Amino acid sequence: MAEKIKKITVALAGNPNSGKTTIFNSLTGMRQHVGNYPGVTVEKKEGTCRHNGYELDIIDLPGTYSLTAYSTEEVVSRNFIIEKKPDVVVDVIDASNIERNLYLAVQLMELNVPLVLAFNMSDIAKQKGLVFDIEKLSALLEVSIVQTVGNKKQGINELLDSIIRTAEQPPKNLASLVKYGSEIEKEIEKLQQKFDELRNDRWTAIKLLEQDADVLGHIYNEEIVISVMESILRLKNIFGEEPEIIIADRRYGFISGACQETVKNTVEIRHNRSDMIDAVMTHKIWGLPIFIALMYIVFDLTFRFSEWPMGWLEMFFGWLGRSISGFWPAGSDNILKSLLVDGIIGGVGGVVVFLPNIILLFAAIAVLEDSGYMARAAFVTDRLMHKIGLHGKSFIPMLIGFGCTVPAIMACRILENRRNRITTILVLPLFSCGARLTIYALIIPAFFAEQWRGPVMWLIYFIGIALAVIAAKILRLTLLKGETVPYVMELPPYRMPTAKSVLLHMWERGWLYLKKAGTVILMLSIILWAAARYPRMNAEKLAGLNDAETRTAMLKHSVIGRAGSALEPALKPLGFDYKIATALIGSMAAKEVFVAQMGIVYAVSEHDDASVLQEKLRSDYTPLQGFCIMLFCLISAPCIATIAITRSETGRIGWAIFQWAGLTALAYAVTFVVYQVGMILLG
Amino acid sequence: MKTQEQTFLTNVTNGTKVRLLKIDAGQGLKARLAAMGLLAGVEFSVINNGHPGPFVIDLKGSRMVLGRGMAGKIIVKLSGS
Repeated sequence: MAEKIKKITVALAGNPNSGKTTIFNSLTGMRQHVGNYPGVTVEKKEGTCRHNGYELDIIDLPGTYSLTAYSTEEVVSRNFIIEKKPDVVVDVIDASNIERNLYLAVQLMELNVPLVLAFNMSDIAKQKGLVFDIEKLSALLEVSIVQTVGNKKQGINELLDSIIRTAEQPPKNLASLVKYGSEIEKEIEKLQQKFDELRNDRWTAIKLLEQDADVLGHIYNEEIVISVMESILRLKNIFGEEPEIIIADRRYGFISGACQETVKNTVEIRHNRSDMIDAVMTHKIWGLPIFIALMYIVFDLTFRFSEWPMGWLEMFFGWLGRSISGFWPAGSDNILKSLLVDGIIGGVGGVVVFLPNIILLFAAIAVLEDSGYMARAAFVTDRLMHKIGLHGKSFIPMLIGFGCTVPAIMACRILENRRNRITTILVLPLFSCGARLTIYALIIPAFFAEQWRGPVMWLIYFIGIALAVIAAKILRLTLLKGETVPYVMELPPYRMPTAKSVLLHMWERGWLYLKKAGTVILMLSIILWAAARYPRMNAEKLAGLNDAETRTAMLKHSVIGRAGSALEPALKPLGFDYKIATALIGSMAAKEVFVAQMGIVYAVSEHDDASVLQEKLRSDYTPLQGFCIMLFCLISAPCIATIAITRSETGRIGWAIFQWAGLTALAYAVTFVVYQVGMILLG
Repeated sequence: MKTQEQTFLTNVTNGTKVRLLKIDAGQGLKARLAAMGLLAGVEFSVINNGHPGPFVIDLKGSRMVLGRGMAGKIIVKLSGS
């Protein structure tokens, strides 16, 4: 008997730290994918699940405390509910923290949506001594309540049953359950009677009294606006306070009334263990050193453990390149071979090699976040970061930036505020990444005596950090101006992270990275490959040259070589000639390509070690020029992978272009000054 | 009424229970705080007056961190012990 599968759309709402993600993971398992809400950089997670012949499409809304219009996340959440009209909304509630969590539930009731409450982390609530009269509370709020323990998968089946039951029920009128007191009710009634548009829309009437910017923006009837203003003035006169605050107060009043009869606190132990850990972790003096030590361990472990799989991947791509080359006779100059081996395998392979790094780094971040430490880290670094107008959490991507800018930009998702996130993303390339280290490793020993090598290296890193700090400050004062987000944050109690959540996190980020490597980065690699090879030279002109000299001549003849020569006059004031210019253009693919390109320009054979190239560099350039090369590579044009990830993480190509152009201009200015001043000082 | 003194939250020492009287801030900020449960009349206790850093309070059983600037805008009444 073929039963017809019925589809139900379920939106998952809830406060941050309510364990919403664990419920989402328990419901959907691996059947989920991540995207963005159109037009905004808010992550959208969607997954599916089957239960009793129903197919459930589950959308994880961003974690919010309320449904006001003050943050993108809140507007996204409520617009999704209003426009997409999900069949059921599940509000995940931290049962150990019920009053504050029910605030969102009350607002969902106002929206008149079919609602199910999941009292999550009910085990912790029990430990805290909270006893619920679920039946009575459910009757008071007229919604079904299911007790769950997300990370132990308890109550998930009951939750699914409840979702289906609610979807099948006739709609209830939850909106009229919450009352705001006679004065406000009178104004709501007046508005609803006066205007047909509001007659069946109590929610909009309330939002108008709350002076909700988003709702007000969609009211085109002048008369409504005038009436609303009059109502607000009357209420302000009565209460001496904005109606918005009074309404929030009444909501809490309603909650506290409902809880008084149904929630009993039997023991008075709260947060004891968390407080004890916090006494150490957020200590005035030790907090910061502990944070730095933890970060050091994280990076040390990720880079240490990713070394082997990275080696395997390198070996694999090397083997793949050789195997494919094997289809052609040795020394063949076939275009397809070169495209496959140098362009695609070289370009994409070079990016994919970092995958183990990324996966491990995100595993570490997931552990830090799930355990509750991330909130403490933000707390500890906040004073420092606040000075440059950023949030304490920005510290984490910045640290990752010393490894690789790409995962650092991906890690910016932990920043809730859009302006903070974009500012951090824009300045991240200034934190000198591992790829740039290969450039310093070539240049520094070529030009600087043993005892100066350490200080020069340190200076380069320091200049990057200093520029990032200045740039962030300037961005926050100009383009991304706005109050530094009023700093209010919940410190969740410490929890044991679950393996499942960590694995899902790794999988999600790893997949995102691979997708980038397979699409945008692949395309850009091919373009740069072609630019370094075309137009091709006649075979006759190459006659008599050895292998290395042939490659030099061909690069000089190519688009990149010509661009390098054309740019020479512009780069001269920085102390660069066409050779450096050519290598700089090539290094747009990936910073470490600079070294390989210099090798080709100088016709160094692939088999020679670095000292041969260093010898040639030393005879052609001064240490000042060497320093300027490093400076320019540090600041200028981030690599294509960075550009691609900036575009996707900010949601706009404009930010990626701005980042690229801004940093290149900055590099030019800084290098110009350093070279010119250096020339004067050094004669 | 002498026993119930009014003061800024920043002047309150660790472990003190207070009642919120007023938040001296703009509309948007007040609404945000209200959504998180910081409303006039609510009772909470100070866990860590992290002088000069951020401020930790216990509000209805959860830990909240406030920036110092924000704590300076909150006026409270000591509610004893």
